[in-house]
Order: sequence, then structure tokens, then C-alpha cells
Amino acid sequence: MGSLGLFPEQASTIAPDVDHLLYFLLAVAAFFTLTIFCSIFYLAIRYRRRSENELPRAIHGGTALEIVWSVIPFGLTMVMFTWGASIYFNESRPPDNALDVYVVGKQWMWKLEHLGGQREINELHIPVGRAVRLTMTSEDAIHSFYVPAFRTKQDAVPGRYTTTWFMPTKVGKYHLFCAEYCGTNHSRMGGWVYVMAPRDYEAWLSGGASGGSLAESGQKLFDELACGNCHKPDGSGRCPSLTGLFGKTVQLAGGGTVKADEGYIRESILQPQAKIVAGYGPIMPTFQGLVTEEGVMQLIEYIKSLGPAPAATH
Amino acid sequence: MASEALQVQFDTEAQQKDASTLGMWIFLITEVMFFGGMFTAYTVYRRAYSDAFAVASASLNVTIGAINTAVLLVSSFTMVMAVRAAQLGQRRMIVLFLVLTLVFGGIFLGVKAYEWNEKFEQHHVPGPSFHLDGVPQQGHAQLFFSLYFAMTGLHAAHMVIGVGILSWLIWMAGKGRFTPEYNTPVDIAGLYWHFVDIIWIFLFPLLYLIDRHLPK
Amino acid sequence: MNTADVHEREDYLNVSHGLKSWLLTKDHKRIGLLYLATITLFFFLGGLFATLIRIELLTPGGGLVSSETYNKLFTMHGVTMIFFFLIPSIPAVLGNFFLPMMIGARDLAFPRINLLSWYLLVIGGLFALFAMLAGGVDTGWTFYTPYSTTYSNTWVIATALGIFVAGFSSILTGLNFIVTVHRMRAPGMTWFRMPLFVWAHYATALIQVLGTPVLAVTIVLVFCERVFHIGIFDPALGGDPVLFQHLFWFYSHPAVYIMILPAMGVVSELISTFSRKPIFGYRIVAFSSVAIAVLGFLVWGHHLFVSGQSVFAGMVFSFLSYFVAIPSAIKVFNWTATLYKGSVSFATPMLYAFGFIGLFTIGGLTGLFVASLGIDVHVTDTYFVVAHFHYIMVGGAIMGYLGGLHYWWPKITGRMYPEGWAKLSALVIFLGFNLTFFPQFILGYLGMPRRYHTYPDEFQVLHVLSTAGASILAVGYAIPMIYFAWSLRYGKLAGANPWGASGLEWKTPSPPPLHNFDKAPVVTYDAYDYSTVVGEAVEVG
Repeated sequence: MGSLGLFPEQASTIAPDVDHLLYFLLAVAAFFTLTIFCSIFYLAIRYRRRSENELPRAIHGGTALEIVWSVIPFGLTMVMFTWGASIYFNESRPPDNALDVYVVGKQWMWKLEHLGGQREINELHIPVGRAVRLTMTSEDAIHSFYVPAFRTKQDAVPGRYTTTWFMPTKVGKYHLFCAEYCGTNHSRMGGWVYVMAPRDYEAWLSGGASGGSLAESGQKLFDELACGNCHKPDGSGRCPSLTGLFGKTVQLAGGGTVKADEGYIRESILQPQAKIVAGYGPIMPTFQGLVTEEGVMQLIEYIKSLGPAPAATH
Repeated sequence: MASEALQVQFDTEAQQKDASTLGMWIFLITEVMFFGGMFTAYTVYRRAYSDAFAVASASLNVTIGAINTAVLLVSSFTMVMAVRAAQLGQRRMIVLFLVLTLVFGGIFLGVKAYEWNEKFEQHHVPGPSFHLDGVPQQGHAQLFFSLYFAMTGLHAAHMVIGVGILSWLIWMAGKGRFTPEYNTPVDIAGLYWHFVDIIWIFLFPLLYLIDRHLPK
Repeated sequence: MNTADVHEREDYLNVSHGLKSWLLTKDHKRIGLLYLATITLFFFLGGLFATLIRIELLTPGGGLVSSETYNKLFTMHGVTMIFFFLIPSIPAVLGNFFLPMMIGARDLAFPRINLLSWYLLVIGGLFALFAMLAGGVDTGWTFYTPYSTTYSNTWVIATALGIFVAGFSSILTGLNFIVTVHRMRAPGMTWFRMPLFVWAHYATALIQVLGTPVLAVTIVLVFCERVFHIGIFDPALGGDPVLFQHLFWFYSHPAVYIMILPAMGVVSELISTFSRKPIFGYRIVAFSSVAIAVLGFLVWGHHLFVSGQSVFAGMVFSFLSYFVAIPSAIKVFNWTATLYKGSVSFATPMLYAFGFIGLFTIGGLTGLFVASLGIDVHVTDTYFVVAHFHYIMVGGAIMGYLGGLHYWWPKITGRMYPEGWAKLSALVIFLGFNLTFFPQFILGYLGMPRRYHTYPDEFQVLHVLSTAGASILAVGYAIPMIYFAWSLRYGKLAGANPWGASGLEWKTPSPPPLHNFDKAPVVTYDAYDYSTVVGEAVEVG
């Protein structure tokens, strides 16, 4: 189909699913379009006015017909909904073993960071056949990370993380576009996603990192900012231990729980008063302005790297 | 002293009055949607930053707020009396009650101005010099005050318009334009005034009374 | 002007003369014409922006204008066309003129508020025009935060103020229509005897009245954010930029129904008159208008599928979006069924009605595509969406407007337009439109994002096709301007009812007298009863 130039390449596991849904929608649309066009054409000619004084018999309606052409379209739309919703649901659940990549959008470029510390601008190198999960935010306006060949798109919103994932199925080079208008160079804020054979990807990885992995950079930042003064590894400080925190369910003061995911950790660094852990006070200062979005991502990877909590008493 | 001429598009005066009243009700519904947008924004942020909002709300002067509430309620009462007087054709009473309503409206606005000035002195006005004690994250408290000023400001603007309408009504009433047969303007202005009052009845607890019943 | 023939008797046009009699008029018919002049000017302004956009997009690299200018062009195109052309169009021109006549009233309930509505549109338009001349605005007509509140260096506030003021024009028109329909119907004109045009405008008025105030307050908040930095949409201060999107689309989705429902009302009139039969399923069609108005308020989140909104919310909004499609589908089927055993004429208004049904069907069906979560993730913010809404707004609403204009032109002016030229331009518009916008569906699925000044080379062929179509479409729109103007002086005299239509407006002279009816008609028959219109009835087999 792509050879006709009408469809983009299918380069991810979800792309064929999306295209199949499209074919169904196209079939339904073509059917109804042709039916209406042909009906009008036929009826208008068959019943064209032959004399000025014609007075057709008034036909006011038919309940059976109304029911038929309400129920059948409704049924079709419910199929469309369910099918589309299942793809969307799929797109919201990255597999556990997905490769993490961090993305920061800013006017007018994409900054990407691999866990090993490799940084890219407007390009993303990933291996074929492995799921990749993007954790994204923006430094300024809202941007949107769009790879047509993967059929995926997700906004990068300042002030929070959004995520998307895909599993590429074909080695190649695919357009990356910004798809949310963000100012002057919106149309130039794009680049390429390079899907590589596993060996080529390994080679590329080893050529990249100069400053150590994200987690290592995160540890450096953690020490620079003296987080350890309060967040002691054995939990004896004024603040909760961060060991084994990632992924845990946290009890909040005032009731309620929250899963300690990337978004929670980012919020705890930048807006610490938003959620206070049960048993602790609102004493953490905000690091807004003291740490960049990339810094936050490094700290998150460092925290992820801390093992499970030792069996210590508090 | 004659009733307003029947406008040419209407068949009867009853139809004319009916249409005017329906028109005012629909206008008030648009006002509900208008304020509703801000109430929505307020609700979203209050849920997100409940602690900061509670502290900020506690810094508002409940006594003054309560006084203003009472003032508006009384003004709604005098407005109703004005409508009643119009229905009975009591020219002097109409003017008296409209003037009283105006006076109470003016008191409300004066008190509000005093309150806002107090906020300014306490550095509770959003901007570079904003500071509220007891809130670690100033941005959240500032958001409360931004919404406070936006919502009470919008309300005050509606009160000012109401004051303008009342002034015009007083002038008309003084000239004897309202009779038992024709008093629609007083009637529908009353609807508007009550509406502005009701908005305040919602604003007061939402802004001033967050968590006041809880022990500190 | 040779008025002796048309104006043998006194009518609303010759009853008074001079600028003041127009600028201070309380006559709903004159106000309709004031609107006609105003929105026509805005249409051509918006069309000028579109022309520049399409020319710029002939080449991938851009060369005609800078990126800054291009971004302003698409913003101002959207703002002008939506707020200053489409939203007023049919209600303010045809609705104002004919709604009172159709229900047997002498005017709307509040004529002075009607005039105020027009002034508000003009004032709002002047604000927006000032912004455009002073340097323009580049936020997109959707002015998403935080770009519009923090990062854009253009005339955001002036434009927003213009839209704010114009919004009140829309609210007051809606208010006027609702009260008029409730309180001013002539004796015997029950709800279910009203023409479907009136039902459509009633439903539209509900949306105008309930939705527009939310846009107004959103604009107030954007103003406060931009001027006072209150932080409501600024993440650095704890604000949420996506909150803006919710508030904005809460109005702007129902707004699209403000733009299409009146056109549907026109089409009902045209199909009926030019088949000489009542619309099949009158009550269903009437209720479907109200259903669209109600359901239209429940689906705004389908503009936020990739905004970071929760998956659950996405599912709910997608589900509800399919519901709102059904009443529109029902209308299309009912219109088509009306042709069966009718007496079908191919006069120009009917050609526009057919064009509407065809293009609205395509546009509406592509709505099913974007309502589907899986597809929308891929096509949102691409040319697919641009094509979708232009099929409905241009292929639908504008064709409905032109059809209505041609249909009621004889009643408004007392003269006929030249039928041959009119049919030709309808055809040119239909062909030009499809060539302009169909390639955009393909562009969108291929991945071409919207609001792009430059684009990859492989998209050029489709863009060239689109621009070619646009140039044809422009010709199609220019021709009626010429012959409508020509007809004012040289058009054949139309009688009271050149189409053999039912409806109270056709029982008055053309042009109508100042107060429409000398005394209120008493209605004793249903809408679309042609037995009272056709002389010697000849049964159609």
C-alpha cells in the first residue's frame, strides 16, 4: 500500500493494527458515501420534475426505516469505538522490559537521553524488535512527539511527564515530527528515528556516552544537591529513605496512596508539598530552578538504581 | 406616567413582559456558565493544592466577608420591596427601596475595596512582592489569591453594572415611569440583582470558609 | 438604481433612506443585511489569508513568507473564518431575516438587542483587525497555553478581546432567537408546525447561550495570565496548561455545531421545497437538531486524546463522540428519503443542497475516523483533521449558506440571480473544493502535521494539487459576488413565491413590507404543505 504513496511505512507492531482499523473505516465510509451519492443521483433523476404543477403525495415518515438507519449505524460505530479503544489501551501499556529513553522537548528541538548517558538531538537510535518507552516533558510550550511510521503520537507537556511506547519492526530511518504548534520553528522541530539491527545498535551505544550513565550522573547531582543529608539510605533521616522506593506504593499523609513512578519522583523534587509521605512533615524545599528537567531525569534513574530497602529497623 | 408603549413586535403587553422576563432568565443562565468556568478552575486547583488553599483561605477576613454577605442579603430584600412597590404603584416607595438597594450595594463595594487594600498591604496580591506565611510553596498560595481576585473582581464588576442599572431605575422611578401595569424593568433588574447576590453566596464559603471548622 | 419596478409598494428597503436609517435600524431584515455585508468582508479577508497559505505551501521550503508570518497567516485565517464569518453567518443573516417571518412574527423579541449584536460583532472585528494590522497573532486560533500566555510575542490580547466581544454578539443572538421562538409564534403555529430551519436555529441558539460564556471566561483567564502572570496555566507556578484545553474545547466543540446546525436547517428547507414534499421524518429531524446540541456538550475531550489526558477519559469521550454522529446520520438519510416520489427540481439552491449532503457525508464519516482512539493518535494534529473539518465547514456549512442565500435572494431583494451562472459557480465550487481538500486526507495519514510552514519534499505533489483546487474554489466564490451585485439592478423580477415553496415567508411580497405581515397570520396547517401552494395539482406517480 505504501508503494502507492498513500500510506506511510508500517514500522511498528501497532502500525498494522491501526491500518487495519483504517481499512475497516474506509470500507464503511466508502459504502455509505456511495450509497448516499447513488441514491441521491438515482432518486433525483427518477423523480425529476416534469411539469410545474406536480404535487407529490406527502410521505411523512416511516418508523421502521428510522429504526433501521439508526440502529445499524450505531452498531457500526460501537465496533469502531471498541476496536479503536483496544488499540489505544494497548498503546498505554508498555511492556515491562521496555527500553527507557527520556525526552525533553523545547523550542525548537528534541533532546533525548538514553540510560547509558548517550544524548541525542532530534534523532533517536533504537534497536529493532525491542519495546521502547519514552518518558517526556517540555521545557516551555506544549510539543508533541510524532512518528508516522509507528502510528504513535504523544504531547510533551511542561510541568509533567507523559509517556508513550512502541516496538519497531523494521530497520530503517523514519520521520520524527513535532505535532503540536509551538511557535516560529514548529515545522523545523523534527528529525529522524533510526531503527537499527541489534549489533549496530550496540555499536552505536558504545560510541556515545561521555559523561557516564544517567544513573551515574544522577548520583553526582544527588551528592551536589546534598539530598543525602535528609534522605538517608537507612531511613534514619528526617525524610523517607529512597532505597527501593521506585515502583513502591507510598502511603500519603491525609490518607490515600500513590505509586512511586517517574511522575511522582519528579513532582516530589519540584513541588514537594503536593504529596507528603505519611509520618513525615512538609519540610522538603523545592528544587524548582535549581535542577533542570534533564537533571530530574538523571536523579530519577539514580533513585531507580538504588536496590531494595535493607531489612533495618527504624 | 403613561405605561411604556407596546413595542410593535408584540401583540399584548403581557406578551412583552413575558418575553422580557424570559430573556433575562436566559441571560442569567449565560452568566452561570460564565462564572462556572472560573468556579471550575478554582475547583481543580483547590483539589490539587488543598493545603495551600486552606492556609490562604484562613488568612482572609471572615468577619468582613460575613458582613458583606449580610449586606448583600439585605440589599436583595430591599430590591424585592422595590419590585413590590412598583407592582403597587407606590412611586416614593419604589425610589426609597431602590436607593436603599443602591446604598447597600455601595457599602458592599466599599467594604470590598477596603478588603482588597488590606490584601495589598499584607503582600497577598499576586506578583513579585507576594508572600504568605505558613505555606512552603508560594506558587500554590498565589494561585489561590489570583483566583480570589479574579472571581471577586468579576463579581464586583457585575455589582458595578448593577449599581449603574439601579441608578437608571431610580431616575426612571423618580419620573413616575413605573406603574402597576408597567414595571418590567424593575422586575428584571431585580432578577439580575438577586443573581449577583447568589454568586456571592457561593463565593463566600468557597473562598473564605475552607476548613475553618477544623482545629488548627 | 432602477427601483421603480421592484418597489411599486412600500417595503422594508424603501420605507426609509439614509445611513442613519440603516445604522440605527430595529428591523430584523435590515440587520440581517448589515450582517451580510460585514461577514462577506471577513470572508474575503479570511480567504486572502487562505490564498497566501496555499501559495506558500506550493513549495516544501517556503519562500513567499517567513515562518513568523506564515504562523500568523494560519492563525488569522482560523480566527477570521470561525469567529467573524462562520459563527455569525447563517443565523445572523438568514436566521435574523427569516426566523421571525417563518413563525409569523413581526420582528424578533428584542430588536434593539439584535442591533447591539451586530455592533458587537463589528467592534470585536475591529479589535481583531487592529491586531492583524499591527503585526498579527501567531498562536493558532486555538491559542493553547503556555505558548499563548507566556511565549508568543504577538497581539494575543487584542485578538482575544476581539473574540470576547464577538462572543457576546453570538450570545445575544441566541438569546433573542430562544425568546422569539418561545413567545412570538403566530396563533396556530405550534412547535411541530414550525419549519425545520427554525428548529435548527433554536438548537443552535441553545449552544450559543450555554457554550459561548465559557469561552468568554477562558479568554478572561488567558488575559489575566498574560498580563498579571497569575499562574493558572503556567506549570512553573503550579498551573496546568491542559486545563486551558478543557475550558477552551468545552465551548469550541459545541461551537462547531453552531456552525453546522443552521446549514442543516437550510438544507431541510431546500430539499423540501425542491422535492415539493415534506421532509421525511419531520419530528425525528427536529429532535435530532436538539440532540446534536445536547450531545455536542459532552464530547470536548476528543480533542485531548494525546494531551496526557487519562486513558479512561479518552475512552469516555470517544464513546460519547460516536453518539453525536448518529443524529447527523439520521438527517442525511431522511433528506435522501424525501426525494423518493418527489418532484425534484435542479434549481441552484437544490444543487447546493445536494453538494452539502455529499460533502457533509464525507466530512461526517471522517469524523468517525478521528473519534476512534487508535486512529486519532496517528492523525490528530495532521492534515487529516484539517481536511475533516474543512469538509464540514466549507463543504457543509458554506454550501448550506450559499444555497440559502440563493434560495432566499428573491425574497430579500425582489430579484432573481442569473440561473446559468449560478449553476456554473456551484459546480466550480464543488469541484474546486474536492480538489483542495481531498488530497489533504491523504497528506494527513501520510503524517504531514498541520500548521507546518515547511515540509518534507515527498508531500509536495499533494500540496500542489490542493493549491490548484484552492485557486478553482476562489473563482467559484468570486462569481456569485459578481452576479448577486449585478442582479440588484438587472435581475429578473421575482414574485412573492418563485419556487412554489411553503412557509409563511413566501406569503409576503418580495421584498417584504416593514412589519412582514399586516396582521398576524393564523396557521392551520403543517409545515411543508404544498397543497396550499400549487395551483392545479397534478399527481406524481
